Amino acid sequence: MLEIENLTKRFGAFTAVEGLSLTVRKGEVLGFLGPNGAGKTTTMKMVTGFLTPDGGTARICGHDILTDTIAAQTRLGYLPEGAPGYGEMTPREFLAFISSVRGLTGDAARAAEDLAIARTGLEPLLERPIENLSKGFRRRVGLAQAILHDPEVLVMDEPTDGLDPNQKHAVRDLIRTIAAEKTIVISTHLLEEVEAICTRAVIIDRGRLVADGTPAELSAKAASGKLDDVFRSLTSREESVA
Amino acid sequence: MNAMLSVFQREFKSYFATPIAFVFLIIFLFAMGVFTFYIGNFYNNGVADLQTFFGFHSWLYLFLMPALAMRLWAEERRSGTMELLLTLPMPLWATVFGKYLAAWAFAGLALALTFPIWITVNYLGNPDNGVIFASYLGSFLMAGAYLAIGTAISSATSNQVIAFVISVVVCFLFTVAGATAVTDAFQGWAPVQLVDAISSFSFISHFNAVSAGVIDLRDMVFFLSLIGLFLYANILIIDLTKSGG
Repeated sequence: MLEIENLTKRFGAFTAVEGLSLTVRKGEVLGFLGPNGAGKTTTMKMVTGFLTPDGGTARICGHDILTDTIAAQTRLGYLPEGAPGYGEMTPREFLAFISSVRGLTGDAARAAEDLAIARTGLEPLLERPIENLSKGFRRRVGLAQAILHDPEVLVMDEPTDGLDPNQKHAVRDLIRTIAAEKTIVISTHLLEEVEAICTRAVIIDRGRLVADGTPAELSAKAASGKLDDVFRSLTSREESVA
Repeated sequence: MNAMLSVFQREFKSYFATPIAFVFLIIFLFAMGVFTFYIGNFYNNGVADLQTFFGFHSWLYLFLMPALAMRLWAEERRSGTMELLLTLPMPLWATVFGKYLAAWAFAGLALALTFPIWITVNYLGNPDNGVIFASYLGSFLMAGAYLAIGTAISSATSNQVIAFVISVVVCFLFTVAGATAVTDAFQGWAPVQLVDAISSFSFISHFNAVSAGVIDLRDMVFFLSLIGLFLYANILIIDLTKSGG
């Protein structure tokens, strides 16, 4: 379970996230939607303990990310924006590094790495340096790293960005496979992705929550019944052409 | 502790993932040789000791240690892996120490590879090996201090070149703090205590004290506390990054 409580972040005079509260339960796949700059990535960075919030907090399975950071991060898998990885390492070495930092050793480590590799389809490229991999495979390495320790809470910033349709399909299948026993939050720009895999969607705009419901409930808010139209009517501003 | 060891291993191996490690080792050993044998006139001194060899260490470290340290954090910032690293379940100090110790161990390896010169001097005469051991220890500690400065500065930027240049400047100040040119500039108008305080930060005078064969606790404490200070600064800089974005 993931609880976000009154989370606030300011950068100078700019408020990126303002008083955001949200609870995501086990078995839910939450789609985190919003225009660029709405505060999606900032929220995820705070929830995972990378950024320190100016107010509020987040709890991962009851562990406060600010005061009980290590316990919270132990139960968390995180795919940061752009799926960063150490370029000079091979996926095999990289995953071994992650599992050793996470305290896995011996057979348990090897088994976890192999399962993550199988689930993300990395087998053919295990011995190639990450910097030589295509964007799609790099993202899969990032995904493998995030699910390696079978975390209870999984936070992914644009997990399918830059993937071809087949790869997108594979990632969505993966998320569906593991969703039942996990709490998953994904941010995305792709509204069709929300309809395909999310059990719930929230829309944030200028750091505030503006809509929350199942994809079907949100779609029903527009006369057309399309999620696109709901998204646009809730988040478009002066640049919109009437 | 285990997490720190994992960070250490990854970082240490990454030096060897590219030709950087070998280029560095070759330059380091070559420069040591040139300074000792040509500029230091090792053979013509007619003395079986390594004073000429150790005498150049601080000047070499001034450039080579910032080069070793510059990528430690700057590269993590640039490539975005810092976000990954800092969201893994381990305390920040473990990450900072693990990375730093990897660079220090690599510097230690480079220093250890200068052993042929120790064999040479023992072949040529009967040097005081106790003094040589003390000098190696002092040199290793001094390298650690230069690296700590470089690591802390690397954590403040995503640009390795900037990290290198600023580190060299700061290291230079610590190197020359005790030189007469510096103390003269303060003498006369500044209080004696200030002049003494500035010159007491000199890496060279602390290192010279050790390499004279006197392993004085104060010189050890000086280098170790300087390392501690800059690693603490490193942790603060990362913390600041986490709250400021």
